[in-house]
Amino acid sequence: MVSDSLKRTPLYEIHQRYGGKMIDFGGWELPVQYASIIQEHHMVREKAGIFDVSHMGEIEVTGEKAEGFVRYLMTNDVTRLKDKQVQYTLMCYPDGGVVDDLLVYRFSQQHYLLVVNASNTEKDYQWILSHAPEGIQVANVSDQYAQIAVQGPKAQEILQKISDTDLSQIRFFWFEPQVKLAGIQCMVSRTGYTGEDGFEIYLPAAEAAELWERIMEAGGEDIGPAGLGARDTLRFEAKLPLYGQELGPDITPLEAVLGHFVKLDSGDFIGRDALLKQRDEGIKHSLAEFEMIGRGIPRSHYEVYKNGEKIGYVTSGAYAPTLGKPMGLALIESRWSEPGEDIDIMIRSKLIPARVTRGAFYKRPQK
Amino acid sequence: MKVPTDLLYTNEHEWIKIEGDRAILGITDFAQEHLGDIVFVELPELDAQVASGEGVAVIESVKAVASVYTPVSGTVVEINDALEDNPELLNQEPYDNFIAIIEMDDPSEVEDLMSPEEYEQFCREQEKELGGR
Repeated sequence: MVSDSLKRTPLYEIHQRYGGKMIDFGGWELPVQYASIIQEHHMVREKAGIFDVSHMGEIEVTGEKAEGFVRYLMTNDVTRLKDKQVQYTLMCYPDGGVVDDLLVYRFSQQHYLLVVNASNTEKDYQWILSHAPEGIQVANVSDQYAQIAVQGPKAQEILQKISDTDLSQIRFFWFEPQVKLAGIQCMVSRTGYTGEDGFEIYLPAAEAAELWERIMEAGGEDIGPAGLGARDTLRFEAKLPLYGQELGPDITPLEAVLGHFVKLDSGDFIGRDALLKQRDEGIKHSLAEFEMIGRGIPRSHYEVYKNGEKIGYVTSGAYAPTLGKPMGLALIESRWSEPGEDIDIMIRSKLIPARVTRGAFYKRPQK
Repeated sequence: MKVPTDLLYTNEHEWIKIEGDRAILGITDFAQEHLGDIVFVELPELDAQVASGEGVAVIESVKAVASVYTPVSGTVVEINDALEDNPELLNQEPYDNFIAIIEMDDPSEVEDLMSPEEYEQFCREQEKELGGR
């Protein structure tokens, strides 16, 4: 049921017009789907989809020593960034648990934009603020921005029709702060949460509906609106983690097998000591991917067994539309997390056989 | 939303077609519409004894898991195993794709089921509760 107290994005009217089926998503009234989650999923993999992601939080950090401050908050090393570059990173508590996973946009060494999960925005803002030394300004600017994601192999071709900026010059995980799309001033990054090529577009809330319609016109048959349902199946199938499922205060980045985004040897950061200790003592639980051998669809929170003993739980599971079969991610005892290991998933009080895999999730075909 | 006039209905959104002492069981258009894309069906065992009100099948869509309840007691004499490989048939033609056929122990149990008119009214009320979208 949709209550009256939900927040609405600047694209609420658009969703109504396109027949979006609205749900409560962490306090936001957003479309879970328009016609069909699976059709929207395939549309993004094969052509392009347009998503309203205006609910995402944006926090600006500025100040002469902004770089050092952001480095201290994050597991990844933001000092490696150049201007107009984007980095995926995690922000940890001192015990190594995850505050949030996010994108860092560097405008300059004195100016960063952090794009955080919607439901964590206020928590993150307070966390960052509480650590900010004198001379650092932290601002929650979430309400100023709308965000539209255009994802899929045809994303660039479609957006190029309404822009004079050569979008092919924006490389993966880079951004341009000043791009005109359909005459509207936007910030455009080549990023996304679908496993496809694509862009995320930040713009003033007041112009979001206009831009959405211009992108739809430019895309014609090659684009369709996609809701949160497809966003979740797309990110899951590409094995991209979701905060609250693969990540949380009780799961460290090392357990989530995101060590690639944890730079333990380039400066201090919150959580570093705990993560060093975990690395040295051994990681007892690890995120593993698995496929079903028996019939059934694994779902979040289902228990995982080995030889009749509980060894962990499913963090995300679903029918993966492009792979055409059910897949799962599970946080299990590390000794059982190697590929080829036979495990069982408890589905409706029955143990259903499954097998740990590696590299079985979706990867987009390289050009 | 389609509600064929030659069927009976439950408040869990199953349809029943009576042929002699056999009850053919499926899910309604309302059910498939609200579940969304159906990706998995778990059918009952052939010859299983089932009691009215019991969950006999499970249907999973991308986002949801739902049970199918039988409103009649009896023996499962036929299952539609085409649904195991093609669960989306339930989205496409919910009334042409039954889930199971049950030989009834007590045909008087069908007296509690809803008529098409009653079911249509029931769905309208449910739509309102769900927010009318």
